Amino acid sequence: MRKEIDAFLTAIVVMGSLLVVGILIAIVTQVVVLGLPEISWEFLATEAAAGGKTGGILNSIVATLLITFIGILIAAPLGVGSAVYLEEYSTSNRLNGIITMSVETMAGIPSIVYGLFGLVFFVIMLGWGWSILAGGCTLALMALPLIMRTSQEAIRAVSNEYRENSMALGASREQTLFRLVLPAAFPGILSGIVLSVGRIAGETAAVLLTAGSALGIPRSLFDTARPLPVHLYILASEGISMSKAYGTALVLIVLVLVFNFCVYRLRKILS
Amino acid sequence: MKSADFDQLNHRGEGRFPPLLLNFRTISRKIASATFFFCALFVVATVLSIVVMLGVKAVPFLNRVGVWTFLTGTEWKPLRGHFGIAPMIAGTAYVTLGALILGGPLGLGVAVFLAELAPSRIKEILNPLIDLLAGIPSVVYGFYGITVIVPWIRRIFGGPGFSVLAASVVLGVMILPTIVNVAREAIAAVPDDYREGSLALGASRWQTIFGVVLPAARSGIIAAIILGLGRAFGETMAVVMVAGNMVAFPKSILEPTRTLTSNVVLEMGYATGDHQAALFATGFVLLLFILTLNLASHWLTKKGVS
Repeated sequence: MRKEIDAFLTAIVVMGSLLVVGILIAIVTQVVVLGLPEISWEFLATEAAAGGKTGGILNSIVATLLITFIGILIAAPLGVGSAVYLEEYSTSNRLNGIITMSVETMAGIPSIVYGLFGLVFFVIMLGWGWSILAGGCTLALMALPLIMRTSQEAIRAVSNEYRENSMALGASREQTLFRLVLPAAFPGILSGIVLSVGRIAGETAAVLLTAGSALGIPRSLFDTARPLPVHLYILASEGISMSKAYGTALVLIVLVLVFNFCVYRLRKILS
Repeated sequence: MKSADFDQLNHRGEGRFPPLLLNFRTISRKIASATFFFCALFVVATVLSIVVMLGVKAVPFLNRVGVWTFLTGTEWKPLRGHFGIAPMIAGTAYVTLGALILGGPLGLGVAVFLAELAPSRIKEILNPLIDLLAGIPSVVYGFYGITVIVPWIRRIFGGPGFSVLAASVVLGVMILPTIVNVAREAIAAVPDDYREGSLALGASRWQTIFGVVLPAARSGIIAAIILGLGRAFGETMAVVMVAGNMVAFPKSILEPTRTLTSNVVLEMGYATGDHQAALFATGFVLLLFILTLNLASHWLTKKGVS
Protein backbone atom coordinates (compact mmCIF):
# COMPACT_ATOMS: atom_id res chain seq x y z
CA MET A 1 0.00 0.00 0.00
CA ARG A 2 2.76 2.41 0.97
CA LYS A 3 4.50 1.66 -2.27
CA GLU A 4 1.37 2.48 -4.24
CA ILE A 5 0.90 5.77 -2.44
CA ASP A 6 4.52 6.68 -3.13
CA ALA A 7 4.20 5.78 -6.79
CA PHE A 8 0.99 7.78 -7.02
CA LEU A 9 2.52 10.90 -5.50
CA THR A 10 5.60 10.59 -7.69
CA ALA A 11 3.34 10.29 -10.72
CA ILE A 12 1.58 13.51 -9.71
CA VAL A 13 4.75 15.59 -9.50
CA VAL A 14 6.06 14.06 -12.72
CA MET A 15 2.83 15.03 -14.42
CA GLY A 16 3.10 18.51 -12.93
CA SER A 17 6.58 18.89 -14.36
CA LEU A 18 5.40 17.63 -17.73
CA LEU A 19 2.56 20.14 -17.60
CA VAL A 20 5.01 22.99 -17.06
CA VAL A 21 7.15 21.83 -19.98
CA GLY A 22 3.97 21.45 -22.03
CA ILE A 23 2.92 25.04 -21.27
CA LEU A 24 6.31 26.33 -22.38
CA ILE A 25 6.18 24.30 -25.58
CA ALA A 26 2.61 25.41 -26.26
CA ILE A 27 3.49 29.11 -25.96
CA VAL A 28 6.62 28.85 -28.07
CA THR A 29 5.04 26.74 -30.83
CA GLN A 30 1.96 28.94 -31.03
CA VAL A 31 4.12 32.01 -31.57
CA VAL A 32 6.56 30.28 -33.92
CA VAL A 33 3.92 28.59 -36.10
CA LEU A 34 1.73 31.65 -36.49
CA GLY A 35 4.57 34.17 -36.52
CA LEU A 36 6.85 32.50 -39.05
CA PRO A 37 4.70 33.26 -42.12
CA GLU A 38 4.91 36.96 -41.21
CA ILE A 39 8.68 37.07 -41.10
CA SER A 40 10.24 38.35 -44.27
CA TRP A 41 13.04 40.69 -45.16
CA GLU A 42 10.43 43.34 -45.77
CA PHE A 43 8.88 42.88 -42.31
CA LEU A 44 12.25 43.25 -40.62
CA ALA A 45 13.62 46.06 -42.75
CA THR A 46 10.75 48.50 -43.24
CA GLU A 47 9.18 50.92 -40.83
CA ALA A 48 5.71 50.44 -39.43
CA ALA A 49 3.00 52.38 -41.22
CA ALA A 50 -0.66 53.16 -40.54
CA GLY A 51 -0.20 52.69 -36.79
CA GLY A 52 1.37 49.28 -37.32
CA LYS A 53 -1.35 47.88 -39.59
CA THR A 54 1.03 47.75 -42.52
CA GLY A 55 4.77 47.86 -42.96
CA GLY A 56 7.33 46.20 -40.75
CA ILE A 57 9.06 46.61 -37.42
CA LEU A 58 12.39 48.22 -38.32
CA ASN A 59 11.71 51.25 -36.13
CA SER A 60 10.89 49.02 -33.17
CA ILE A 61 13.98 46.89 -33.68
CA VAL A 62 16.14 50.02 -33.72
CA ALA A 63 14.38 51.36 -30.62
CA THR A 64 14.82 48.09 -28.72
CA LEU A 65 18.50 47.86 -29.64
CA LEU A 66 19.17 51.46 -28.62
CA ILE A 67 17.27 51.34 -25.33
CA THR A 68 18.75 47.98 -24.33
CA PHE A 69 22.23 49.14 -25.26
CA ILE A 70 21.93 52.30 -23.17
CA GLY A 71 20.51 50.31 -20.29
CA ILE A 72 23.35 47.78 -20.26
CA LEU A 73 26.00 50.43 -20.88
CA ILE A 74 24.96 52.10 -17.63
CA ALA A 75 23.99 49.06 -15.58
CA ALA A 76 27.00 46.83 -16.32
CA PRO A 77 29.77 49.04 -14.87
CA LEU A 78 27.64 50.06 -11.90
CA GLY A 79 26.56 46.50 -11.18
CA VAL A 80 30.01 44.97 -11.53
CA GLY A 81 31.53 47.89 -9.60
CA SER A 82 29.25 47.46 -6.63
CA ALA A 83 29.77 43.69 -6.71
CA VAL A 84 33.53 44.29 -6.57
CA TYR A 85 33.05 46.67 -3.68
CA LEU A 86 31.01 44.17 -1.71
CA GLU A 87 33.27 41.20 -2.39
CA GLU A 88 36.73 42.76 -2.41
CA TYR A 89 36.73 46.07 -0.59
CA SER A 90 34.04 46.45 1.99
CA THR A 91 35.06 45.68 5.52
CA SER A 92 31.93 46.87 7.27
CA ASN A 93 29.32 44.20 7.77
CA ARG A 94 26.67 46.74 8.49
CA LEU A 95 27.19 48.62 5.23
CA ASN A 96 27.26 45.29 3.41
CA GLY A 97 23.94 44.41 4.96
CA ILE A 98 22.40 47.71 3.87
CA ILE A 99 23.67 47.36 0.30
CA THR A 100 22.58 43.72 0.01
CA MET A 101 19.18 44.62 1.39
CA SER A 102 18.86 47.45 -1.15
CA VAL A 103 19.68 45.13 -4.03
CA GLU A 104 17.15 42.56 -2.86
CA THR A 105 14.57 45.31 -2.61
CA MET A 106 15.38 46.56 -6.10
CA ALA A 107 14.97 43.05 -7.48
CA GLY A 108 11.47 42.87 -6.03
CA ILE A 109 10.18 46.26 -7.17
CA PRO A 110 7.69 45.78 -10.04
CA SER A 111 8.49 47.26 -13.42
CA ILE A 112 5.54 49.64 -13.31
CA VAL A 113 7.02 51.29 -10.22
CA TYR A 114 10.35 51.72 -12.04
CA GLY A 115 8.31 53.24 -14.84
CA LEU A 116 6.71 55.74 -12.48
CA PHE A 117 10.10 56.63 -11.02
CA GLY A 118 11.57 57.10 -14.49
CA LEU A 119 8.60 59.25 -15.41
CA VAL A 120 9.02 61.56 -12.41
CA PHE A 121 12.79 61.70 -12.44
CA PHE A 122 14.11 61.34 -15.99
CA VAL A 123 11.11 62.45 -18.03
CA ILE A 124 9.71 65.28 -15.89
CA MET A 125 12.38 66.43 -13.43
CA LEU A 126 15.41 66.22 -15.71
CA GLY A 127 13.24 67.38 -18.59
CA TRP A 128 14.28 64.66 -21.02
CA GLY A 129 10.70 64.06 -22.09
CA TRP A 130 9.55 60.64 -23.30
CA SER A 131 12.78 59.50 -24.84
CA ILE A 132 15.16 56.68 -25.65
CA LEU A 133 17.50 58.06 -23.01
CA ALA A 134 14.89 58.13 -20.24
CA GLY A 135 13.79 54.60 -21.19
CA GLY A 136 17.37 53.32 -21.26
CA CYS A 137 18.19 54.82 -17.87
CA THR A 138 15.05 53.33 -16.34
CA LEU A 139 15.92 49.91 -17.74
CA ALA A 140 19.46 50.29 -16.39
CA LEU A 141 18.04 50.51 -12.88
CA MET A 142 15.97 47.40 -13.49
CA ALA A 143 18.97 45.44 -14.77
CA LEU A 144 21.24 46.43 -11.86
CA PRO A 145 20.18 43.85 -9.26
CA LEU A 146 20.55 40.88 -11.61
CA ILE A 147 23.95 41.99 -12.92
CA MET A 148 25.14 42.71 -9.42
CA ARG A 149 24.02 39.39 -7.96
CA THR A 150 25.55 37.28 -10.72
CA SER A 151 28.81 39.29 -10.65
CA GLN A 152 29.01 38.86 -6.90
CA GLU A 153 28.63 35.11 -7.24
CA ALA A 154 31.23 34.98 -10.00
CA ILE A 155 33.76 37.00 -8.00
CA ARG A 156 33.14 34.98 -4.88
CA ALA A 157 33.78 31.79 -6.84
CA VAL A 158 37.34 32.87 -7.74
CA SER A 159 39.65 30.80 -5.58
CA ASN A 160 41.41 32.66 -2.81
CA GLU A 161 44.68 31.02 -3.83
CA TYR A 162 44.76 33.36 -6.83
CA ARG A 163 44.57 36.36 -4.56
CA GLU A 164 47.08 34.98 -2.07
CA ASN A 165 49.63 34.09 -4.74
CA SER A 166 49.27 37.41 -6.47
CA MET A 167 49.64 39.34 -3.23
CA ALA A 168 52.63 37.22 -2.28
CA LEU A 169 54.28 38.21 -5.54
CA GLY A 170 53.92 41.82 -4.47
CA ALA A 171 51.00 42.82 -6.68
CA SER A 172 48.72 45.51 -5.34
CA ARG A 173 45.08 44.93 -4.62
CA GLU A 174 44.06 46.68 -7.84
CA GLN A 175 46.57 44.72 -9.93
CA THR A 176 45.23 41.51 -8.44
CA LEU A 177 41.68 42.60 -9.08
CA PHE A 178 42.09 43.70 -12.69
CA ARG A 179 44.60 41.09 -13.87
CA LEU A 180 43.42 38.03 -11.96
CA VAL A 181 40.10 38.19 -10.18
CA LEU A 182 38.01 39.95 -12.82
CA PRO A 183 39.38 37.93 -15.77
CA ALA A 184 38.72 34.72 -13.84
CA ALA A 185 35.21 35.85 -13.00
CA PHE A 186 34.54 37.17 -16.50
CA PRO A 187 32.40 34.32 -17.89
CA GLY A 188 30.13 34.48 -14.84
CA ILE A 189 29.85 38.25 -15.03
CA LEU A 190 29.16 38.09 -18.76
CA SER A 191 26.42 35.50 -18.30
CA GLY A 192 24.70 37.85 -15.85
CA ILE A 193 24.95 40.73 -18.30
CA VAL A 194 23.59 38.68 -21.18
CA LEU A 195 20.76 37.43 -18.98
CA SER A 196 19.75 40.98 -18.11
CA VAL A 197 19.95 42.03 -21.77
CA GLY A 198 17.31 39.39 -22.41
CA ARG A 199 15.21 40.67 -19.52
CA ILE A 200 15.27 44.36 -20.35
CA ALA A 201 14.83 43.82 -24.09
CA GLY A 202 11.43 42.32 -23.28
CA GLU A 203 10.39 44.91 -20.73
CA THR A 204 7.20 46.77 -21.50
CA ALA A 205 5.50 48.67 -18.69
CA ALA A 206 8.51 50.70 -17.58
CA VAL A 207 9.40 51.61 -21.17
CA LEU A 208 5.86 52.58 -22.05
CA LEU A 209 5.89 55.18 -19.25
CA THR A 210 9.35 56.57 -20.01
CA ALA A 211 10.03 56.20 -23.74
CA GLY A 212 6.52 56.73 -25.04
CA SER A 213 5.12 54.80 -27.97
CA ALA A 214 5.47 56.96 -31.06
CA LEU A 215 6.28 55.29 -34.36
CA GLY A 216 9.22 56.25 -36.52
CA ILE A 217 12.93 55.56 -36.28
CA PRO A 218 14.44 57.56 -33.42
CA ARG A 219 16.96 60.12 -34.70
CA SER A 220 18.41 61.20 -31.38
CA LEU A 221 18.56 60.03 -27.78
CA PHE A 222 15.82 62.50 -26.91
CA ASP A 223 13.37 61.10 -29.46
CA THR A 224 10.44 59.07 -28.28
CA ALA A 225 10.23 55.56 -29.73
CA ARG A 226 8.29 52.31 -29.66
CA PRO A 227 10.37 49.23 -28.81
CA LEU A 228 9.25 45.73 -29.80
CA PRO A 229 7.38 44.79 -26.59
CA VAL A 230 5.43 48.05 -26.61
CA HIS A 231 4.66 47.55 -30.30
CA LEU A 232 3.38 44.04 -29.58
CA TYR A 233 1.25 45.32 -26.70
CA ILE A 234 -0.36 48.02 -28.81
CA LEU A 235 -0.92 45.79 -31.84
CA ALA A 236 -2.54 43.05 -29.74
CA SER A 237 -4.52 44.98 -27.16
CA GLU A 238 -5.95 47.48 -29.61
CA GLY A 239 -6.53 44.73 -32.14
CA ILE A 240 -4.66 46.62 -34.88
CA SER A 241 -3.18 43.60 -36.58
CA MET A 242 -2.92 40.13 -35.08
CA SER A 243 -0.70 38.82 -37.86
CA LYS A 244 1.82 41.65 -37.37
CA ALA A 245 1.57 41.01 -33.63
CA TYR A 246 2.53 37.35 -34.16
CA GLY A 247 5.52 38.43 -36.24
CA THR A 248 6.64 40.86 -33.54
CA ALA A 249 6.14 38.26 -30.80
CA LEU A 250 8.25 35.77 -32.76
CA VAL A 251 11.12 38.25 -33.10
CA LEU A 252 10.92 38.89 -29.34
CA ILE A 253 10.85 35.19 -28.47
CA VAL A 254 13.80 34.48 -30.77
CA LEU A 255 15.75 37.29 -29.06
CA VAL A 256 15.01 35.76 -25.66
CA LEU A 257 15.89 32.24 -26.83
CA VAL A 258 19.21 33.45 -28.24
CA PHE A 259 20.16 35.27 -25.05
CA ASN A 260 19.11 32.34 -22.88
CA PHE A 261 21.12 29.96 -25.03
CA CYS A 262 24.20 32.20 -24.67
CA VAL A 263 23.81 32.16 -20.89
CA TYR A 264 23.38 28.40 -20.91
CA ARG A 265 26.59 27.97 -22.96
CA LEU A 266 28.51 30.39 -20.72
CA ARG A 267 27.44 28.46 -17.63
CA LYS A 268 28.49 25.20 -19.31
CA ILE A 269 31.94 26.71 -19.92
CA LEU A 270 32.06 27.74 -16.29
CA SER A 271 31.33 24.35 -14.79
CA MET B 1 40.30 35.98 3.72
CA LYS B 2 39.20 38.97 1.64
CA SER B 3 41.68 41.09 -0.29
CA ALA B 4 40.82 43.90 2.08
CA ASP B 5 42.52 41.86 4.79
CA PHE B 6 45.58 41.34 2.62
CA ASP B 7 45.61 45.01 2.07
CA GLN B 8 45.97 45.60 5.74
CA LEU B 9 48.99 43.31 5.72
CA ASN B 10 50.38 45.18 2.72
CA HIS B 11 49.82 48.38 4.52
CA ARG B 12 51.89 47.34 7.45
CA GLY B 13 54.74 46.49 5.10
CA GLU B 14 54.45 49.71 3.21
CA GLY B 15 55.27 51.83 6.21
CA ARG B 16 58.87 50.68 6.10
CA PHE B 17 59.48 52.15 2.63
CA PRO B 18 59.87 55.84 1.87
CA PRO B 19 56.33 57.10 1.18
CA LEU B 20 57.24 58.73 -2.15
CA LEU B 21 57.98 55.37 -3.74
CA LEU B 22 54.51 54.06 -3.05
CA ASN B 23 52.54 57.13 -3.96
CA PHE B 24 51.25 55.77 -7.23
CA ARG B 25 50.05 52.64 -5.56
CA THR B 26 48.32 54.53 -2.79
CA ILE B 27 46.63 56.91 -5.20
CA SER B 28 45.44 54.16 -7.49
CA ARG B 29 44.06 52.28 -4.54
CA LYS B 30 42.21 55.33 -3.31
CA ILE B 31 40.71 56.02 -6.72
CA ALA B 32 39.67 52.41 -7.21
CA SER B 33 38.10 51.94 -3.82
CA ALA B 34 36.30 55.29 -4.07
CA THR B 35 34.89 54.33 -7.48
CA PHE B 36 33.65 50.96 -6.31
CA PHE B 37 32.25 52.52 -3.18
CA PHE B 38 30.37 55.02 -5.31
CA CYS B 39 28.84 52.18 -7.37
CA ALA B 40 27.63 50.43 -4.24
CA LEU B 41 26.27 53.66 -2.83
CA PHE B 42 24.41 54.27 -6.07
CA VAL B 43 22.33 51.16 -5.45
CA VAL B 44 21.30 52.33 -1.99
CA ALA B 45 20.59 55.84 -3.31
CA THR B 46 18.39 54.42 -6.09
CA VAL B 47 16.14 52.56 -3.69
CA LEU B 48 15.83 55.61 -1.48
CA SER B 49 15.10 57.95 -4.37
CA ILE B 50 12.43 55.63 -5.77
CA VAL B 51 10.61 55.75 -2.45
CA VAL B 52 11.16 59.50 -2.04
CA MET B 53 10.20 60.49 -5.61
CA LEU B 54 6.97 58.52 -5.55
CA GLY B 55 6.30 59.75 -2.03
CA VAL B 56 6.77 63.39 -3.04
CA LYS B 57 4.17 62.95 -5.78
CA ALA B 58 1.78 60.85 -3.74
CA VAL B 59 1.82 62.14 -0.17
CA PRO B 60 0.45 65.69 -0.75
CA PHE B 61 -2.36 64.22 -2.81
CA LEU B 62 -3.11 61.56 -0.20
CA ASN B 63 -3.16 64.21 2.50
CA ARG B 64 -5.64 66.26 0.57
CA VAL B 65 -7.98 63.44 -0.39
CA GLY B 66 -7.44 61.39 2.73
CA VAL B 67 -5.66 58.05 2.76
CA TRP B 68 -8.72 56.21 4.00
CA THR B 69 -11.02 57.70 1.34
CA PHE B 70 -8.46 56.83 -1.31
CA LEU B 71 -8.05 53.22 -0.18
CA THR B 72 -11.71 52.45 0.54
CA GLY B 73 -13.50 54.68 -1.97
CA THR B 74 -15.46 52.56 -4.43
CA GLU B 75 -15.74 55.14 -7.18
CA TRP B 76 -12.93 55.84 -9.61
CA LYS B 77 -14.00 58.80 -11.73
CA PRO B 78 -10.83 60.82 -11.94
CA LEU B 79 -12.29 63.52 -14.17
CA ARG B 80 -15.03 64.21 -11.63
CA GLY B 81 -12.70 64.12 -8.67
CA HIS B 82 -13.67 60.68 -7.32
CA PHE B 83 -10.50 58.80 -6.48
CA GLY B 84 -11.31 55.50 -4.81
CA ILE B 85 -9.11 52.51 -5.52
CA ALA B 86 -11.03 49.87 -3.55
CA PRO B 87 -12.26 48.09 -6.72
CA MET B 88 -8.67 47.90 -7.98
CA ILE B 89 -7.42 46.60 -4.64
CA ALA B 90 -10.09 43.92 -4.82
CA GLY B 91 -9.16 43.12 -8.42
CA THR B 92 -5.49 42.81 -7.53
CA ALA B 93 -6.34 40.58 -4.56
CA TYR B 94 -8.55 38.24 -6.63
CA VAL B 95 -6.09 37.94 -9.46
CA THR B 96 -3.11 37.39 -7.15
CA LEU B 97 -4.97 34.82 -5.09
CA GLY B 98 -6.07 33.03 -8.24
CA ALA B 99 -2.50 32.95 -9.50
CA LEU B 100 -1.29 31.47 -6.22
CA ILE B 101 -4.00 28.81 -6.17
CA LEU B 102 -3.11 27.73 -9.71
CA GLY B 103 0.65 28.27 -9.69
CA GLY B 104 1.52 27.57 -6.04
CA PRO B 105 0.88 23.82 -5.74
CA LEU B 106 2.15 23.19 -9.27
CA GLY B 107 5.35 25.13 -8.59
CA LEU B 108 5.95 23.35 -5.30
CA GLY B 109 5.33 19.98 -6.95
CA VAL B 110 7.91 20.71 -9.62
CA ALA B 111 10.33 21.96 -6.95
CA VAL B 112 9.95 18.71 -4.96
CA PHE B 113 10.43 16.70 -8.14
CA LEU B 114 13.59 18.62 -9.08
CA ALA B 115 15.10 18.60 -5.60
CA GLU B 116 14.18 15.12 -4.38
CA LEU B 117 13.25 12.76 -7.17
CA ALA B 118 14.51 13.72 -10.62
CA PRO B 119 17.60 11.98 -11.98
CA SER B 120 20.35 14.43 -12.92
CA ARG B 121 19.78 13.99 -16.66
CA ILE B 122 16.21 15.19 -16.31
CA LYS B 123 17.30 18.04 -14.06
CA GLU B 124 19.72 19.16 -16.75
CA ILE B 125 16.85 19.47 -19.21
CA LEU B 126 14.20 20.80 -16.87
CA ASN B 127 16.20 23.54 -15.13
CA PRO B 128 17.04 25.51 -18.31
CA LEU B 129 13.42 25.18 -19.42
CA ILE B 130 12.24 26.72 -16.15
CA ASP B 131 14.74 29.55 -16.67
CA LEU B 132 13.39 30.01 -20.18
CA LEU B 133 9.89 30.32 -18.77
CA ALA B 134 11.23 33.10 -16.55
CA GLY B 135 12.82 34.78 -19.55
CA ILE B 136 9.72 35.04 -21.74
CA PRO B 137 8.64 38.71 -21.67
CA SER B 138 5.41 39.43 -19.85
CA VAL B 139 3.92 41.01 -22.94
CA VAL B 140 4.29 37.67 -24.75
CA TYR B 141 2.40 35.95 -21.93
CA GLY B 142 -0.29 38.59 -22.28
CA PHE B 143 -0.37 38.05 -26.03
CA TYR B 144 -0.74 34.30 -25.57
CA GLY B 145 -3.53 35.08 -23.09
CA ILE B 146 -5.40 37.22 -25.62
CA THR B 147 -5.02 34.77 -28.46
CA VAL B 148 -5.52 31.46 -26.63
CA ILE B 149 -6.65 31.65 -22.99
CA VAL B 150 -9.32 34.34 -23.36
CA PRO B 151 -11.08 32.65 -26.33
CA TRP B 152 -10.93 29.32 -24.45
CA ILE B 153 -12.63 30.77 -21.40
CA ARG B 154 -15.22 32.48 -23.60
CA ARG B 155 -15.96 29.21 -25.36
CA ILE B 156 -16.04 26.94 -22.29
CA PHE B 157 -17.59 29.14 -19.59
CA GLY B 158 -19.22 31.92 -21.59
CA GLY B 159 -18.91 35.59 -20.68
CA PRO B 160 -16.45 38.03 -22.21
CA GLY B 161 -13.40 35.84 -21.63
CA PHE B 162 -11.41 38.83 -20.43
CA SER B 163 -11.71 38.02 -16.75
CA VAL B 164 -10.27 37.37 -13.32
CA LEU B 165 -9.86 33.75 -14.37
CA ALA B 166 -7.87 34.60 -17.52
CA ALA B 167 -5.55 36.87 -15.54
CA SER B 168 -5.13 34.21 -12.83
CA VAL B 169 -4.21 31.53 -15.36
CA VAL B 170 -1.63 33.73 -17.10
CA LEU B 171 -0.16 34.94 -13.79
CA GLY B 172 -0.19 31.40 -12.41
CA VAL B 173 2.18 30.37 -15.19
CA MET B 174 4.30 33.51 -14.84
CA ILE B 175 5.03 32.96 -11.14
CA LEU B 176 6.05 29.33 -11.65
CA PRO B 177 9.78 29.96 -12.21
CA THR B 178 10.04 32.10 -9.06
CA ILE B 179 8.28 29.53 -6.90
CA VAL B 180 10.11 26.55 -8.41
CA ASN B 181 13.59 28.07 -8.10
CA VAL B 182 13.26 29.45 -4.57
CA ALA B 183 11.47 26.39 -3.19
CA ARG B 184 13.88 23.99 -4.93
CA GLU B 185 16.86 25.72 -3.33
CA ALA B 186 15.19 25.62 0.09
CA ILE B 187 14.44 21.91 -0.26
CA ALA B 188 17.92 21.11 -1.57
CA ALA B 189 19.43 22.93 1.43
CA VAL B 190 17.93 20.42 3.86
CA PRO B 191 20.86 18.28 5.05
CA ASP B 192 20.95 14.68 3.81
CA ASP B 193 21.21 13.45 7.40
CA TYR B 194 17.55 14.30 7.86
CA ARG B 195 16.52 12.15 4.91
CA GLU B 196 18.81 9.28 5.82
CA GLY B 197 17.60 9.33 9.42
CA SER B 198 14.00 9.22 8.31
CA LEU B 199 14.57 6.47 5.73
CA ALA B 200 16.57 4.44 8.26
CA LEU B 201 13.59 4.56 10.61
CA GLY B 202 11.58 2.87 7.90
CA ALA B 203 9.73 5.85 6.46
CA SER B 204 9.00 5.73 2.74
CA ARG B 205 10.29 8.29 0.25
CA TRP B 206 7.16 10.42 0.40
CA GLN B 207 6.70 10.02 4.14
CA THR B 208 10.20 11.45 4.40
CA ILE B 209 9.34 14.32 2.04
CA PHE B 210 6.11 15.24 3.85
CA GLY B 211 7.25 14.42 7.36
CA VAL B 212 10.85 15.64 7.38
CA VAL B 213 12.07 17.50 4.30
CA LEU B 214 9.19 19.92 3.68
CA PRO B 215 8.80 20.88 7.36
CA ALA B 216 12.55 21.51 7.55
CA ALA B 217 12.40 23.69 4.44
CA ARG B 218 9.18 25.45 5.39
CA SER B 219 10.54 28.97 5.86
CA GLY B 220 12.16 28.81 2.41
CA ILE B 221 8.96 27.45 0.92
CA ILE B 222 6.92 30.24 2.48
CA ALA B 223 9.48 32.71 1.11
CA ALA B 224 8.97 31.16 -2.34
CA ILE B 225 5.22 31.65 -2.07
CA ILE B 226 5.67 35.24 -0.88
CA LEU B 227 8.03 36.05 -3.75
CA GLY B 228 5.58 34.49 -6.20
CA LEU B 229 2.84 36.58 -4.65
CA GLY B 230 4.96 39.70 -5.11
CA ARG B 231 5.59 38.83 -8.73
CA ALA B 232 1.87 38.32 -9.43
CA PHE B 233 0.96 41.43 -7.49
CA GLY B 234 3.34 43.67 -9.39
CA GLU B 235 2.83 42.22 -12.87
CA THR B 236 1.34 44.73 -15.26
CA MET B 237 1.34 44.04 -18.97
CA ALA B 238 0.06 40.47 -18.99
CA VAL B 239 -2.80 41.45 -16.69
CA VAL B 240 -3.74 44.56 -18.63
CA MET B 241 -4.02 42.46 -21.76
CA VAL B 242 -6.31 39.74 -20.40
CA ALA B 243 -8.23 41.10 -17.39
CA GLY B 244 -10.72 43.30 -19.23
CA ASN B 245 -9.87 46.36 -17.13
CA MET B 246 -13.39 47.35 -16.06
CA VAL B 247 -13.46 49.31 -12.80
CA ALA B 248 -15.95 47.29 -10.76
CA PHE B 249 -16.00 44.67 -8.05
CA PRO B 250 -16.11 41.40 -9.99
CA LYS B 251 -19.01 39.21 -8.90
CA SER B 252 -17.54 36.03 -10.33
CA ILE B 253 -14.21 34.89 -11.69
CA LEU B 254 -15.62 35.16 -15.19
CA GLU B 255 -16.12 38.91 -14.94
CA PRO B 256 -13.56 41.47 -15.99
CA THR B 257 -11.55 43.38 -13.42
CA ARG B 258 -8.86 46.01 -13.16
CA THR B 259 -5.75 45.76 -10.98
CA LEU B 260 -3.73 48.55 -9.36
CA THR B 261 -0.89 48.10 -11.84
CA SER B 262 -3.24 48.13 -14.83
CA ASN B 263 -4.82 51.31 -13.55
CA VAL B 264 -1.46 53.08 -13.68
CA VAL B 265 -0.41 51.91 -17.11
CA LEU B 266 -3.81 52.44 -18.72
CA GLU B 267 -4.30 56.03 -17.62
CA MET B 268 -0.82 57.47 -17.16
CA GLY B 269 -0.52 58.34 -20.84
CA TYR B 270 -3.11 61.10 -20.68
CA ALA B 271 -3.49 61.91 -16.97
CA THR B 272 -2.76 65.42 -15.65
CA GLY B 273 -3.07 67.25 -12.36
CA ASP B 274 -4.90 65.42 -9.59
CA HIS B 275 -5.58 62.47 -11.84
CA GLN B 276 -1.86 62.01 -12.40
CA ALA B 277 -1.18 62.44 -8.68
CA ALA B 278 -3.79 59.77 -7.95
CA LEU B 279 -1.97 57.37 -10.26
CA PHE B 280 1.32 58.10 -8.53
CA ALA B 281 -0.44 57.47 -5.23
CA THR B 282 -1.61 54.12 -6.64
CA GLY B 283 2.01 53.33 -7.48
CA PHE B 284 3.09 54.39 -4.02
CA VAL B 285 0.59 52.01 -2.41
CA LEU B 286 1.93 49.25 -4.66
CA LEU B 287 5.51 50.06 -3.69
CA LEU B 288 4.80 50.07 0.05
CA PHE B 289 3.06 46.72 -0.19
CA ILE B 290 5.93 45.19 -2.18
CA LEU B 291 8.48 46.55 0.31
CA THR B 292 6.57 44.88 3.14
CA LEU B 293 6.47 41.59 1.24
CA ASN B 294 10.20 41.81 0.54
CA LEU B 295 10.99 42.41 4.18
CA ALA B 296 8.89 39.39 5.12
CA SER B 297 10.59 37.09 2.61
CA HIS B 298 14.00 38.47 3.55
CA TRP B 299 13.34 37.65 7.18
CA LEU B 300 12.11 34.17 6.29
CA THR B 301 15.05 33.30 4.04
CA LYS B 302 17.42 34.51 6.72
CA LYS B 303 15.85 32.09 9.14
CA GLY B 304 16.81 29.39 6.66
CA VAL B 305 16.52 25.75 7.56
CA SER B 306 15.01 25.57 11.01
